[in-house]
Amino acid sequence: MTATATPAAQAPVAIVAKQRLGDRLFSGSALYSGVAILLILAAVAFFLVGQSLPAFFADPADLSGSPASIVDYIWPLVFGTLWSAALALVMALPLAIGIALFISHYAPRRLAQGLGYLVDLLAAVPSVVYGLWGILVLAPAVQPGYSWLVDTLGFIPLFAGPVSGTGRTILTAAIVLGVMILPVMTAICREIFLQTPVLHEEAALALGATRWEMIRMAVLPFGRPGIISGAMLGLGRALGETMAVAMVLSPTGVVTFALLQSTNPSTIAANIALSFPEAYGINVNLLIATGLVLFLITLAVNSIARYIVNRRKDFSGAN
Amino acid sequence: MAIDSARRSRTASAPTNELSHGRLGRGVPWIILGASLAVSAAVFWLFAVAGMTDGFNAIGAGLVGVLIYLVMIVVISRQVEGGRQATDRFVTALVTGAFVVAIIPLVSLVATVIANGLARFDVEFFSSSMRNVTDDGGGAIHAVVGTLLMTGTAALISIPVGLLTAIYLVEYGRGPLARAITFFVDVMTGIPSIVAGLFAFALFAIFFGPGVRMGFAGAVALSVLMIPVVVRSCEEMLRVVPNELREAAYALGVPKWLTVLKVVLPTSIAGITTGIMLAIARVIGETAPLLIVAGFTTSMNYDLFNDRMQSLPVFVYTSYANQGVDTQAFLDRAWAGALTLILIVMLLNLVARLVARIFAPKLGR
Amino acid sequence: MNITRASGFTAFIAASALVLTGCAANEGAAPEETEGAVALEGTLVGAGSSAVGAAQEVWIAEFQTINEGVTVNYDPTGSGAGRETFLGGGSDFAGTDRAFNDEEVAAGGFASCAPDSGIVQLPLYISPIAVIFNLEGIDELNMSAEVIAGIFAEQITNWNDPAIAELNEGVELPDLAITPVHRSDDSGTTENFTDYLAQAAPEVWTYEADGVWPLDSGEAAQGTSGVVDAVTNGTGTIGYADASRAGELGTVAVQIGEEFVPFSPEAAAAVVDASPFVEGRPDFDLSIELDRTPDTAAYPIVLVAYLVGCETYNDAEQAELVKAYFTYMASPEGQATAAEGAGSAPISDALFERVTAAIEVIS
Repeated sequence: MTATATPAAQAPVAIVAKQRLGDRLFSGSALYSGVAILLILAAVAFFLVGQSLPAFFADPADLSGSPASIVDYIWPLVFGTLWSAALALVMALPLAIGIALFISHYAPRRLAQGLGYLVDLLAAVPSVVYGLWGILVLAPAVQPGYSWLVDTLGFIPLFAGPVSGTGRTILTAAIVLGVMILPVMTAICREIFLQTPVLHEEAALALGATRWEMIRMAVLPFGRPGIISGAMLGLGRALGETMAVAMVLSPTGVVTFALLQSTNPSTIAANIALSFPEAYGINVNLLIATGLVLFLITLAVNSIARYIVNRRKDFSGAN
Repeated sequence: MAIDSARRSRTASAPTNELSHGRLGRGVPWIILGASLAVSAAVFWLFAVAGMTDGFNAIGAGLVGVLIYLVMIVVISRQVEGGRQATDRFVTALVTGAFVVAIIPLVSLVATVIANGLARFDVEFFSSSMRNVTDDGGGAIHAVVGTLLMTGTAALISIPVGLLTAIYLVEYGRGPLARAITFFVDVMTGIPSIVAGLFAFALFAIFFGPGVRMGFAGAVALSVLMIPVVVRSCEEMLRVVPNELREAAYALGVPKWLTVLKVVLPTSIAGITTGIMLAIARVIGETAPLLIVAGFTTSMNYDLFNDRMQSLPVFVYTSYANQGVDTQAFLDRAWAGALTLILIVMLLNLVARLVARIFAPKLGR
Repeated sequence: MNITRASGFTAFIAASALVLTGCAANEGAAPEETEGAVALEGTLVGAGSSAVGAAQEVWIAEFQTINEGVTVNYDPTGSGAGRETFLGGGSDFAGTDRAFNDEEVAAGGFASCAPDSGIVQLPLYISPIAVIFNLEGIDELNMSAEVIAGIFAEQITNWNDPAIAELNEGVELPDLAITPVHRSDDSGTTENFTDYLAQAAPEVWTYEADGVWPLDSGEAAQGTSGVVDAVTNGTGTIGYADASRAGELGTVAVQIGEEFVPFSPEAAAAVVDASPFVEGRPDFDLSIELDRTPDTAAYPIVLVAYLVGCETYNDAEQAELVKAYFTYMASPEGQATAAEGAGSAPISDALFERVTAAIEVIS
């Protein structure tokens, strides 16, 4: 994994491990799988770049909605994508850690298995159903709360009015996204927390730590890369989620931080889903270009996460 | 220092045995919770009676009750048990609270799907397709078959590739190639599903002409979405297998590939199964890519390599989006389809867990 | 491995295999050979407008019942995608919310057709677009084009605005903010609605007809179902949607001259009849230039979707199939089926004759 591994492997020249056929086959197929992934991704990237190039060189007047330039078209979408995903992550991550801890360390053993099973199941609910639920159940339910927030806290820019009459705001979309990514993040966190070496936990408890102190000293540091991995998977899904956002959000293409209004920024994926069926000619390329931008955003977000994980991998079991 | 002063103040007030002193009884938190909720409910009820709010606000009462409990348990525990225990009680309440808060929308979601889905969850729904159906009859067997075939094929492609890649990354991978794979797998998680659909469509159009629609193309699109999830979760699970186990195997002269196969994989099989099930769950509900590459049909099709193939998410989406005059029939079918999809995943999950349990080493945990 | 567990597992696999190999109960085996008349056989593929989706479902069901050997598949992927697929040779026919325009027809290159073949464009799906609102106790309101444009441009912001009250004497309008709801997706419905506003109220509605909503204000919702749900679940909401989905919601009667015309299939067909065909096209291209400001009592907010096929197909058998299917859709029975199942307006007799003549061209 790190550069230091190479000289270490070279050092003991005297002993050369016997090359077995099984070993060679196994490591070979593992290697080729990895390479296959790189090839698939290269093909996808090639497709994305090739298809989106025409949009960057097209006359902006030909583009859908006649924006001043392609940047003007993409920027509100980028903003909306990041803003909604960030809101979803801020809401869902603490909850996911909470649920995972509850299942792994707080709930009675018997109950915990059932609960874990229930949460896994919810990862399977198709996004269309989350969308339906968001429109028919959640939005009407939270609308009175939004009215109250705007009336009492309207002086805070986040809660500025006028309040949406239907509750289909970016906050609602973010809640739906949060609920969607919760099961994935919970499942990964839970599995990691369960893998904490029992010795570490027992040692902490034996030293007189309370349960929370044990979790803080043994479980959380051990699970940290897993938490970040789970968060990244969740964030990836939140950034790329298409149907649920398209159905729940009321997007009008503005750039605003206000959470409770009818006018909201759209997201890249939702915009592709909304515009693609009627798109033709250069607009198809334009939409694929926004897809490329989303691809790059995910790339950036993931690089940051990897950097954080790699800084602290002393707790990793292997290597 | 802090502990010292806490001990001093406690011993000053009540000089008794340190170990037997200062524990709240098992039932005490529950009593406090009940009392808090009761107080809050009473206050809200008074408001409602006095006409200050319209009707009894159960959600508000619950929230305020829980807040009162949080304050009470910390204060009482600090008095009786000291600061560290108070923090512990506070976190316990918070973690449990997080669980309850998160379970509310999830339960609401499941309840909505079940309540609406049961209307058409009948024999006809699982014995007929939508071919030549215009009224409120019809079923989704063609969509169920399509979903199983396409997701199954996607899994057949993704699981070996994903799992082997994860093994490569954890057990073999060194240097720039491993770093590149790790990095690009992360990038792959960010491919929006519709782009995966467009990609698969462009790819198959090269070989089969522009009008290509086939279930296999849908499976390829799903694989593009599924592989990174499999790699990511499996990698994480393999990484936490303690090195001691590997070293013990090597010390006994077990070849590396057998170590991976017989020691590392079984140890982490529960986590890997969860990861794979998550990956399947992630793609089984995809609508957009399948609509593009697998198309839409009302008839049964068993052939992955020919013609359009219906899937449950597309069935649900089109039933909702293109409702005919008799809207209720379309909505009922949509919800029943959603319920079916969830049940399929539940069943798969059960089977996977069973398999995992059979292969997992008998360890206590 | 424990024996009961393994056998349970096997039983489960066996059971599921049994279920899955069973054919759908409503799908017959191979079609029986009918003697004498030549039975049609084959698969017909169409793609395009989702607005026609519900109508296609009932058309396909009936057509497949009549011709047992035929399977028709229609992908409701959207008009733009449908035109692209047809252009690229991916489908036998396309359904689209707007006809191929002059430029596209001139450019030609329809890969689905024989080289240098023209295309047949038939307005077979006419559907009124209702302006729907959600106000307690009010089922119908009268509005002029200016008022509708004013509301959707957010110049009229309250239901008790004098401009609305003036046209609705005797109706008690609430003091309630108006929330206009529009489509968030690119759609033919929006294009037809904004085209109406631009034609009928050019002073108030200064935007061009477009499938994408031109303003960045108001509430947006996905698809017809989304708009209907948003209007139903909100208060003081107003939106526009396919008339078949208006349901319990209040609807607007539109002012034409001195009269107020509520939507109806007949009134919608009337506006199509009153509109001229696009000039400079061959006889089999029945593209219509909709006139949204009719003199007679017609309902001007309509969506006309076209079924597009080739003049000449590469494959004569495929041409037979398309011809049979188009003939069925245009027939009075086909139009009645769509009216019943999808709430469309049957085409008039005059248009039917033109369409029948056009279908004859297909070969």
